[in-house]
Amino acid sequence: MSDWQTEGYLTVDDLKEKGNIPPEERLRKAPVAITECIQEIPCNPCKAACPFDAILMETITAPPKVDFDKCTGCTMCMRVCPGLTIFMVYLRKKGGEEVGEITIPYELLPVPEKMSVVEAINRRGEIVGEAVITRVFPPEKNSGTALITMEVPAELLMEVRSIGRVIRGPEGVSR
Amino acid sequence: MSENDIGTSRIDRHPILEFHRRKELTIYYHGRPILAYEGETVASALYAAGVRTFSYSPGLDRPRGLFCAIGKCASCVMNIDGISNVRSCITPVRNGMIVEEQKGAGTFPETTVGDYETASPELEADMVIIGGGPAGLSAALEAADLGMSVLLLDENHQLGGQLIKQTHRFFGSKEHDAGVRGVTIAKSMIEKVEASDKVSVLLGTTAFGYYPGGVIAAVKENKQLVKITGKRVLLATGAAENSLAFENNDLPGVYGAGAAQTLMNVYGVKPGDEVLMVGSGNVGVIVSYQLMQAGVRIKAIVEAMPKIGAYFVHAAKIRRFGVPIYVGHSIKRAFGNGKVEGATIVKLDDKWQPVPGTEFDVKCDVICLSVGLHPSYELMAQAGCAIKFIPELSGHVAVHNRNLETTVPGIYVAGDSSGVEEASIAMMEGKVAAISAAFSLGKPVGEKRKEADQMLEHTQKQLESLRDGPFGARGRNGKRKSFELYEQLTGARV
Ligand SMILES: Cc1cc2nc3c(=O)[nH]c(=O)nc-3n(C[C@H](O)[C@H](O)[C@H](O)COP(=O)(O)OP(=O)(O)OC[C@H]3O[C@@H](n4cnc5c(N)ncnc54)[C@H](O)[C@@H]3O)c2cc1C
Ligand code: SF4
Ligand code: SF4
Ligand code: FES
Repeated sequence: MSDWQTEGYLTVDDLKEKGNIPPEERLRKAPVAITECIQEIPCNPCKAACPFDAILMETITAPPKVDFDKCTGCTMCMRVCPGLTIFMVYLRKKGGEEVGEITIPYELLPVPEKMSVVEAINRRGEIVGEAVITRVFPPEKNSGTALITMEVPAELLMEVRSIGRVIRGPEGVSR
Repeated sequence: MSENDIGTSRIDRHPILEFHRRKELTIYYHGRPILAYEGETVASALYAAGVRTFSYSPGLDRPRGLFCAIGKCASCVMNIDGISNVRSCITPVRNGMIVEEQKGAGTFPETTVGDYETASPELEADMVIIGGGPAGLSAALEAADLGMSVLLLDENHQLGGQLIKQTHRFFGSKEHDAGVRGVTIAKSMIEKVEASDKVSVLLGTTAFGYYPGGVIAAVKENKQLVKITGKRVLLATGAAENSLAFENNDLPGVYGAGAAQTLMNVYGVKPGDEVLMVGSGNVGVIVSYQLMQAGVRIKAIVEAMPKIGAYFVHAAKIRRFGVPIYVGHSIKRAFGNGKVEGATIVKLDDKWQPVPGTEFDVKCDVICLSVGLHPSYELMAQAGCAIKFIPELSGHVAVHNRNLETTVPGIYVAGDSSGVEEASIAMMEGKVAAISAAFSLGKPVGEKRKEADQMLEHTQKQLESLRDGPFGARGRNGKRKSFELYEQLTGARV
């Protein structure tokens, strides 16, 4: 494991080691939930919210484990997660290529507009590329937490976990 | 908008909260009219208008700003309508109020006795609860449900304690509102308490003395003495934020993290533009995130320990916005002319000593300290409860048993005042205290008693499960020490 307890972020290798990254076939099939929650904290709303019993947790302090076969990507768990640490990931076919589709929980203003292009940010807060916002589940429908779906290059699927400034508005206008 | 509102730091748009500002009022600060809104405090109105100094220290005459913003530290005392030593942070504004900075210890009021309500009303209830935070609210609801008449007292002018400023979704078990925001939980409990005909609420009333036989002396709105007698008394007074020793730690702009949270989340006033957070525990990291939501920039978080104290997921939330966390670092000094303009940070070695030559400056206008809280145990001590220092409970507490009764029969404690933990625990403890108090009065009877027995058992089990795991160890061990001490001191087995 990396120095996550001093750095405040996990690496993809850490998540692999914990078994929290779904297999490639599953990533290509449909959106799936990944939990970046590995500490023994007293918390279980994700498990309680899952309509498909796809989140396993033996005691309230055990870190959640997603059963990737049962998970339908319905987002119910990420809507309530107080740690804002559940993300939906999907390797989607687009034309002949593959793109990364990521949904993140987001609680800052402004909420980006659909089809705008924003800075794609990794777990350390660094800009790693651009993301196109493809869907916005508005905060007022989820007691303040928006769900933002974005498209990034496939290789950034496991890197991008936040968004920064708007680069271009929905009409392609630079900001 | 009045002229004085220029440069205001009132928050208009917020991702979670809506600030419905009520009627506009005017208060006079050294003769200068200041816009205020009904329902806010003198301190929040002044802060929004740019005032940072509230008093001057006795002797050295150093400027003092807010520190706790919840009535616990006296850093904000002012002369209000001719009376010295009034805590401006919990005093609601009134139209035409005259407010002045206080120098030193203040003066005895010149106002004649005629301005005061001399007759002191006497009130009674089966259960008197001091403190309307989550512990007190949950106890009040449970006690009422078990057939007790309840009197709930809070020195603040609104109920909810620390819960009314917690905009984040709560951890814990789904059964206890985990995933729901603290502010939403508070609202629902407050509405239930207000709707209950068994609970009377007395706000703006500070309990300051306990006398044998369940008699509480309190003062209402700084001018009326109230005598309250309870067959059972619950002291749910919460906790106060710790300070930290460093050069200029009293400079206006150095606040408890909770004070910044109160300003922005309760009153919709931005504490500053650029913040340095000292301490990376849950409070420090959560308040940092909430400051970002209010549009404030977090320059850095410093943490003396070699690793981050908060739940990892809370830390990850702010790291992905690029906020640096310096572990193994501390604040060396604050600097600025009359108010904070920056801070010097220094690296610590493995013996906690500053490493010379590693200092660097951070420019900021606010320094938030989140270096722990300590239980407010003063009333318990004065009432004669056995008080012990239990480090795992974050300070001095009244020794209590599993049913939350102290060594003085009939006096109970619950929530942060009995050991600093968290809100779900505070609510459950309030419930346990209320049920134990009801049982000791022979209430309820029949079928209802059986239900209450089960509820007590169930709540005790849940408390244990929440104190499970590495993060619960402190509370678990601290409470065990308290229960053992109770046995030793009273010879009782529980
Ligand atoms: C920044 C921050 C983040 C937190 N995050 C979480 C979280 O994510 N999850 C969680 O479960 N918990 C959280 N907590 C902790 C939680 O808020 C507290 O544990 C909880 O509020 C304690 O409840 P309480 O009723 O004991 O005390 P409080 O909420 O402090 O209430 C005490 C009340 O007593 C009143 N009072 C005190 N003395 C007197 C007196 N002499 N006379 C009259 N009234 C008096 C006060 O005005 C106050 O209203 C957080 C706390 C902070 C500060
Ligand atoms: S996305 Fe839906 S199905 Fe998948 S784990 Fe979350 S709640 Fe369960
Ligand atoms: S709700 Fe979020 S923080 Fe809580 S256990 Fe589930 S993933 Fe972790
Ligand atoms: S008492 Fe008002 S700031 Fe502490």
